[in-house]
Amino acid sequence: MDKSLIYSLILSILLVLAPHMEHLPLWVSIMCTALLAWRTLLNYRALPLPPRWLLLLITLVGVAVIGKSYHTLFGREVGVTLLMMLATLKLLELRSSRDAMAIIYLSCFIIITNFFYSQSIPTALLMLLSLIVIVASWLRIQAPNIRLRSQLRLASIMLIQSVPLMLVLFVLFPRVQGPLWGMPQDAYNSSGLSDEMSPGSLSKLSLSEAVAFRVTYATSAPARDQMYWRGPVLWQYDGRTWTRGTAGYQYAPQFTEASVPFEYSVVLEPHNKRWLYALDMPATLPANTRLNTDFQLLNNAPVNARMRYQMSSTLRYHANAEETPAQLQRGLQLPPRLNPRTLALAQMWRVQQSDPAELVKNALRYFNQEKFSYTLEPPLLGRDGVDEFLFDTRQGFCEHYASAFVYLMRAAGVPSRVVTGYQGGEFNAFGNYYIVRQSDAHAWAEVWIAGLGWVRVDPTAAIAPERVERNLASALKDNTALSFMARNPPAWLSKLRLNIDALSNSWNMWVLGYDPERQFALLTRLGMEDVSWQRMARNLMLGLAVILAVLAALMFRHLFKRDPDRVHAAWLRLCKRMTKVGLPRAAHEGALDYAQRVGSLRPALASELQDIAQRYVQLRYGVVPGDKQSVQAFIRSVARFKARKAR
Amino acid sequence: MGKPPHSDSPFPLPTHHFQTMSQPLHRVIQQTEQVIVGKPMQIRYALACLLARGHLLIEDLPGVGKTTLAHVLARSLGLQFQRIQFTSDLLPADILGVSVYQRDTADFKFHPGPIFAQMILADEVNRATPKAQSALLEAMEEQQVTIEGVTRALPVPFFVIATQNPSHQIGTFPLPESQLDRFLMRIQLGYPDAQAERGLLSGVDRRELVARLRPQMELSELLALQKRVQEVYVSEPLLDYVQAILKHTRESANYEHGLSPRAGLALLAAARAWALLDGRDAVIPEDVQAVLPGVASHRLQKTQDSQPSHDDTLARELITAVAIP
Repeated sequence: MDKSLIYSLILSILLVLAPHMEHLPLWVSIMCTALLAWRTLLNYRALPLPPRWLLLLITLVGVAVIGKSYHTLFGREVGVTLLMMLATLKLLELRSSRDAMAIIYLSCFIIITNFFYSQSIPTALLMLLSLIVIVASWLRIQAPNIRLRSQLRLASIMLIQSVPLMLVLFVLFPRVQGPLWGMPQDAYNSSGLSDEMSPGSLSKLSLSEAVAFRVTYATSAPARDQMYWRGPVLWQYDGRTWTRGTAGYQYAPQFTEASVPFEYSVVLEPHNKRWLYALDMPATLPANTRLNTDFQLLNNAPVNARMRYQMSSTLRYHANAEETPAQLQRGLQLPPRLNPRTLALAQMWRVQQSDPAELVKNALRYFNQEKFSYTLEPPLLGRDGVDEFLFDTRQGFCEHYASAFVYLMRAAGVPSRVVTGYQGGEFNAFGNYYIVRQSDAHAWAEVWIAGLGWVRVDPTAAIAPERVERNLASALKDNTALSFMARNPPAWLSKLRLNIDALSNSWNMWVLGYDPERQFALLTRLGMEDVSWQRMARNLMLGLAVILAVLAALMFRHLFKRDPDRVHAAWLRLCKRMTKVGLPRAAHEGALDYAQRVGSLRPALASELQDIAQRYVQLRYGVVPGDKQSVQAFIRSVARFKARKAR
Repeated sequence: MGKPPHSDSPFPLPTHHFQTMSQPLHRVIQQTEQVIVGKPMQIRYALACLLARGHLLIEDLPGVGKTTLAHVLARSLGLQFQRIQFTSDLLPADILGVSVYQRDTADFKFHPGPIFAQMILADEVNRATPKAQSALLEAMEEQQVTIEGVTRALPVPFFVIATQNPSHQIGTFPLPESQLDRFLMRIQLGYPDAQAERGLLSGVDRRELVARLRPQMELSELLALQKRVQEVYVSEPLLDYVQAILKHTRESANYEHGLSPRAGLALLAAARAWALLDGRDAVIPEDVQAVLPGVASHRLQKTQDSQPSHDDTLARELITAVAIP
């Protein structure tokens, strides 16, 4: 077998293997790499392949160890691992071109498994590259003598030819709801918001530049300081950590809208939790979702695949203006025997004031006028955390302020709660949408005021208004802890990042997010009535047939229109007849040379054949284009020519 | 040079004549064949090169008649002849000429070098340093030389036959590939066959023979022939064939690089001259095949892993690999 073919097969397997290394067991990666290196060495030195019993032994041992380490031989992970090992081993028993074909097919199959782990654009590009190499290797089986550049060019042309087929399959193949390989363990290791909040949890999250979700507004966007994306609402405080606690019973929340709702759609990255993010307050809900008592938008199931939903929110509202006493009671609970200084301060305010709105103002004024600072790295707090924060350290991130504020309010007798979520977002002018990152994670407070309902109060805005109006980096005095991109990237770099994000957003929406609804909408817009899977399947077959027919027609065109030139056709007919009597003309043999050669072999034919060859050469290559008569005369002579005379 | 690729058609070709070959040309060939025995193809290659206004590189061992061939051609065609022996200490001025101070007229007078002749024999061109080589090669390319700021035209016709010992001999500067490209053809002479050698050994001294030769052609006739070569017709199907050859060299893994478009032009020019020598006014595929060994072998390099081969087998492989469309 051709050496360069084997090299290209090794390269194919290597390319197929490389992206899997990350999640394969280490010893499998090492073994496969070692086997590939061994095969390369054998090929380089032109040594014989290892004996079959050795390969069998390696295979059995490999399967046994894989089975032992996964405790099973079934399932996706094991399947991929086994395929990897077997494909690599197949290279070591490469004896016929059939084996080479098996490796080609196997590689094609294995690259698809990449999508189990990542569906991003770089993954797709890497797979495309692998596919070109695989197709090029396959070409080398068919045409061993081909030059490398032509080989790659041909492979690319073949892949380009398959693009129409791919598009038809993509558009028309009936979709099912959810990803095809939707399995629970597909969920990403998310680092999003949780439903707990303790000092440091949000500031840690703020260091991450990962995208939480992307938002496209239907018409105009609200002001930035109005973009509060509601997440978990926290009631219960144990002195250190805020949790949701348990509501006595669930009832539908009520609110009255006081402004025109903003319509928008959100593409949420998977975060493995049930809640969705929505602007305060959701007016219309997406399908299969509901609002809980705290106005938090909940999905039917945890979000473990990228999810797109469309909804609207009103920014001015009266939420639960009538609240049950039980809930109000929950909004006043405090852990016992903690933070005496805070309690004293609240008591003092309480004596001076009884109006909740004034109390809120008091607290905000306190934050604003005392020497509080906004920082990512606040000092650690002890048992009486709120006391230490409010009176000693006075350095904190949004969770400290939200927590201390709610504590103060509750101590002063105003029902209140902590709301976590995201605030703000970065506008991407290239895709006309907002990117909300983990670094936009935020915590604020809500207080309940009779007649107004739950009112949002963001104590952070009192200390660092830039956080709400611009972004985190501008709000922090010392932002060195933030990632480079969040701090102060050069303009071109942030432009580039937005461009890339816009690209991957369209990829998410149109390629990965091409679900049954989108398919329905697109097909309807394309003029297909009654979109059912039977009809789609029929159109799919029809489309494939049409494309194949067109491609075939383009390729066969060469064969059919071969020579419109009648002189040349007549000459070829003559050569064919001569082939039948055992005097074939070599493809590279010129007419005169041929006539001369045949003439010396069969003198009886010499003069007639040489005359025909002379006339052929003159008609085909001569200066004067052959007139009709001489062409006709030539064709007649060819017809009269009796090849049989040669016998 | 071994057998030509279409060795079934011995020279002179009896049947190929659409028009009779020009008489003077015929006489030149005849006269040359009397002195250079047993090398009909090589004589025609040299003539084709001259008629196509190209230059010829002969690569062979010393003593196989390279110099004699050049001499005979010059005499038969009636061209001024100069021989430049290339040595390692040869300077560009030795080739081009030099200005010398005249005391009586008190200015410089240019003494033209040996390059100012119609036919130059650049003997053992790979013995000289690249500097000297490039002086010659630039003159060949531009048909003029610039010395001390003055551009002087070279005579017309201007034809260079360079000879070169096979480059594995010690103390040589092999011409780089880009310089080789300036020669329209590269041929080898090879040992004569037994019969021809017998005649050579027993016959009259070649130098005497050469001295006796008479010019068979007027200068104007030669120039007219050169002009006619350019008018030889090239049809579309023939261009298809030449392109198929070029494409093959570019796509096959047998060669390091494919033939360049310039090589394609050279192939056509040589094939035109060959057609004229054959007495035709249109090029046919056989002409292309005939000149291919001379035109292609020094422009193509076999890849490392394909077997090394003789110039001629390389061309034969190429010819058999490409079907005539």
